[in-house]
Amino acid sequence: MILDELYYTKSHEWVKVEGEKATIGITDFAQSELQDIVYVELPEVGKHINKGEILCSIDSVKSSAEVYAPVSGEIVEVNEKLSSEPELINKDPYGEGWIVVIKLSNTDEISELLSAKEYQEMIEGEK
Amino acid sequence: MSRYIPLTQRDKEEMLREIGVSSIDDLFSSIPENLRFDGELQIEAIPEEAELIEYFKKLDSLNRYRDKKIFLGAGAYNHYVPYAVDYLSMRSEFLTPYTPYQPEVSQGTLAATFEYQTYISALTGLEVANASMYEGATATAEAALMALRIKKGKIAIAKSLHPQYREVIDTYLQKQGIEIVDIGYAADGRVNPVEVESKIDDDTSAFIVGYPNFFGVVEDLKTIYEKIKEKRVLLITSTWEILSLALLIPPGEAGAEIAVGEAQSFGLPLAYGGPYLGFFATTRKHVWKMPGRLVGMTKDVDGKTGFVLTLSAREQHIRRQRATSNICSNEAWCAIRVAIYLSLLGRKGLRKLAILNHKRAVKAASLLEKAGFKLKFSSPFFNEFVVDVGRDSRKFRDSLIEKGFVAGYPLADDYPELKTGLLLTFTEMNSMEDIERLVKEMEELR
Amino acid sequence: MRLIFELSKEGKEGFFVKNEDGEIRLPEELIRQEIDELPEVSEREVVSHYLRLSVMNYSVDWGFYPLGSCTMKYNPKVNELVASLFTDAHPLLPEELVQGYLRIFKELEEVLCEITGLDAFTLSPSAGAHGEFAGITIIKNYLEAKGENREVVLIPDSAHGTNPASSALAGYKAVEIPSDEHGRIDLEKFKEALSDRVAALMITNPNTLGIFESNIRKIADLLHEKGAFLYMDGANMNAFLGKVKVSDLGVDVMHLNLHKTFSTPHGGGGPGSGPVGVVKTLEPHLPGPRLVEEKGKLRWVQGEGRIRSFYGNFLVLVKALAYIRELGGRGLKEVAELAVLNANYLRAKLSKKYRISYETPTLHEFVLTDDTFRDKVSTLDVAKRLLDYGLHPPTIYFPLIVHGALMIEPTETESKETLDEFVNAMLKIAEEAETNPELLHEAPHVTPVRRLDEVGAARNPILRYIKPE
Repeated sequence: MILDELYYTKSHEWVKVEGEKATIGITDFAQSELQDIVYVELPEVGKHINKGEILCSIDSVKSSAEVYAPVSGEIVEVNEKLSSEPELINKDPYGEGWIVVIKLSNTDEISELLSAKEYQEMIEGEK
Repeated sequence: MSRYIPLTQRDKEEMLREIGVSSIDDLFSSIPENLRFDGELQIEAIPEEAELIEYFKKLDSLNRYRDKKIFLGAGAYNHYVPYAVDYLSMRSEFLTPYTPYQPEVSQGTLAATFEYQTYISALTGLEVANASMYEGATATAEAALMALRIKKGKIAIAKSLHPQYREVIDTYLQKQGIEIVDIGYAADGRVNPVEVESKIDDDTSAFIVGYPNFFGVVEDLKTIYEKIKEKRVLLITSTWEILSLALLIPPGEAGAEIAVGEAQSFGLPLAYGGPYLGFFATTRKHVWKMPGRLVGMTKDVDGKTGFVLTLSAREQHIRRQRATSNICSNEAWCAIRVAIYLSLLGRKGLRKLAILNHKRAVKAASLLEKAGFKLKFSSPFFNEFVVDVGRDSRKFRDSLIEKGFVAGYPLADDYPELKTGLLLTFTEMNSMEDIERLVKEMEELR
Repeated sequence: MRLIFELSKEGKEGFFVKNEDGEIRLPEELIRQEIDELPEVSEREVVSHYLRLSVMNYSVDWGFYPLGSCTMKYNPKVNELVASLFTDAHPLLPEELVQGYLRIFKELEEVLCEITGLDAFTLSPSAGAHGEFAGITIIKNYLEAKGENREVVLIPDSAHGTNPASSALAGYKAVEIPSDEHGRIDLEKFKEALSDRVAALMITNPNTLGIFESNIRKIADLLHEKGAFLYMDGANMNAFLGKVKVSDLGVDVMHLNLHKTFSTPHGGGGPGSGPVGVVKTLEPHLPGPRLVEEKGKLRWVQGEGRIRSFYGNFLVLVKALAYIRELGGRGLKEVAELAVLNANYLRAKLSKKYRISYETPTLHEFVLTDDTFRDKVSTLDVAKRLLDYGLHPPTIYFPLIVHGALMIEPTETESKETLDEFVNAMLKIAEEAETNPELLHEAPHVTPVRRLDEVGAARNPILRYIKPE
């Protein structure tokens, strides 16, 4: 499943842009590859992150993956619920399974992200 | 064919036919000829079992320690191992299985390891313990690495930490480019409070202390913790005589967030240094940053209670270079022995044993003091302490060997400023009779 | 299943300890309460409890363990007797009193040099991964002493997870080299990645697909030209005993796994031992302590750094020495030959119904893919169903480059009857996958516990016993 109003990355993150804030999570494709998620290592609020750096780790029973920051900025919110309910990412990857909110430091980076269509084509290629 | 290979000549021929080759050599043809070894390994075989045993008995005959009275500790301790520990742990089902990656057929190993984890958690006063590390020194190095995952910074280490443990930490941390800060000891043998105040700051990740330390001294952990907690420094304790934790305030209760050390005292023979067993415990909060395997309790599809290796995503086979450690094989069998040992000693037995060890050391100290020797440090000890022998303790110790006593570890090589210090250790395996004779000999030598 | 804590009752005693007289010289505030969690159980109950736990375990003494790259061979019992002669020495006894022990270290070092062709060994690493860390550190120390600061270690994508983990621990960045269509390191991609920043390549040979890395000499030469080193992971040494001398391959450093190739018992996960061998150039950088001999007397001296307390897992070392001495050179060669025979026999028989990952010839192990059954069942299902047949499954989902991998290594200590039993079970399971996949999805059915909730165990970890209120 892919939502049209979101942006995407090659490493399967989605981005929802609202003004100068971007909410970030991982896509349905990513969560289904990982299977049952058991732990999310959330970053600290207030931390500054650059595009392409590791935002956090997501672990399932048999695998582990890194979430890369699709944009640069300051982490203003993290989804604390994921500490006790990491499975929210599996159940609702675009909604309740959101991971962080970043205050954008460089809005130009948005244009470098993939559109829903481009992301669709990319994962079709991977299959 | 060797007794370990259950194949006959006929089997070989049938198998070669099935594969479609004429000889075993054909099966090695994927190895380029110039890389094959066509000679014979120059190792003489001893296929007769009686001769093989004789061969090793001959090697053993070169040893000369069994007629001596031994009073050594400093990281390995002579405690009696109840025969039932050997009897049970030597069962094929405990000794010969693989790592419990197929939990359905490994519940024995997993349940016993879960019990071991519970024991270590109880002994250290920390919520979570892993299924073992190689031994105490690497466990301590891994504790430092874990602290750095929690908070980057410098690592402060007490100078009274076991010197070999310190060497290992240096070897592990140097490769990571970490700054190490030394915290010296005071006249009473405990960590120097002035240095703790001045050298440990907000940029320090953790402070590692021996508990008891290498001089046998019991640190006042609570006071140390009070001094460093505002600076958000993790207190790590390293204990190489784990029996002490049966009598002393557990590290977790005193503020330590990681407690590690050596569990050899609980059912593992001295065995000239190994296999031993590194224990590792921490708070629940930090569990995902812990190294080593963890056994968890869960249920199967029928609702039956069972055990399984868990939080595996931390480990090397999943995270590879981002793993919390590279550890794969650990000391699982040794951990099962520890669980059996503690189950036999039990709550009262272990307490009595710890008290016995301590009281015997106290009696030895009293006898030594009466004989004119001074204890180097005035602080409380568990079952080992440093005695001042008035001259180079290496020579003193050597003279005692001639009298039939291997008494103590001379501090001179590790602490040149304490070269008259001799670390003496007393356990339930040292009778009062032998202790009295030792003191007499020492008195004569002085 | 009950835990020991549930058998506890106040007043029971499992071991007699006397009440010692005399004073306690510890202030009150340093003394703890008695430990609540420690049970009070009689010896009789302790024995019964652990006996009951033990019978729930499968073990190699019991049956077949075709785990690829684990070399689960039979553990000779005489080795235990030999070990029992050497349990009572304190590691800090002065060397003149323990020449027998030191002689054992020396002999083992000598035979391992003979077997591998390398010049010196350290016996202190306590496991393969520990050896990897030691070996990569040796390389780093050598380079640093020359004033060189390289950052990268190259590692094939078929490598065991400990390889990159150990490199990272040693302060290096692990860069992956892909395998080619024959299952070997892609030589061209390797050449592309080889630069002055590379300190070493870690190779497993035969690799985790059971395939001989035939370009190894070329790879070694290219590395040496660039001032880099070749590290060999010796997990698969069982195929090379008496057939290949590792030094002829251009290897500079390697670790061996005594608990694999050299028959010491696995113990449910350890203790192991991972001795590290080096060529002469690297000898000065071996970690300590090291043994030197003077006038027939052995003693310990400092090495470069230290990777554990004392000298190594001595009892594991002595068992390996007993194994090597019993077999001798000829016996060791026989091991390699029959390990390779057994594996190729299984490959021939299983290839009729399963797909082998690569056409390339294999030595002591081989890897199946899930191509022939993937649409009906998973590799996990096949593995779990094998448990119902009283057999331990092969290694699964490793190496990562094969989809749904089943890595099979029978070792030389299994009879043709056992191999046929395994083949029959696998063929039956292939059939069941077609006709009754549910049976596999729900497997195992007859083990002490059935499939466990691993997700729940990870999301809400219960890592110790808690007494109910």
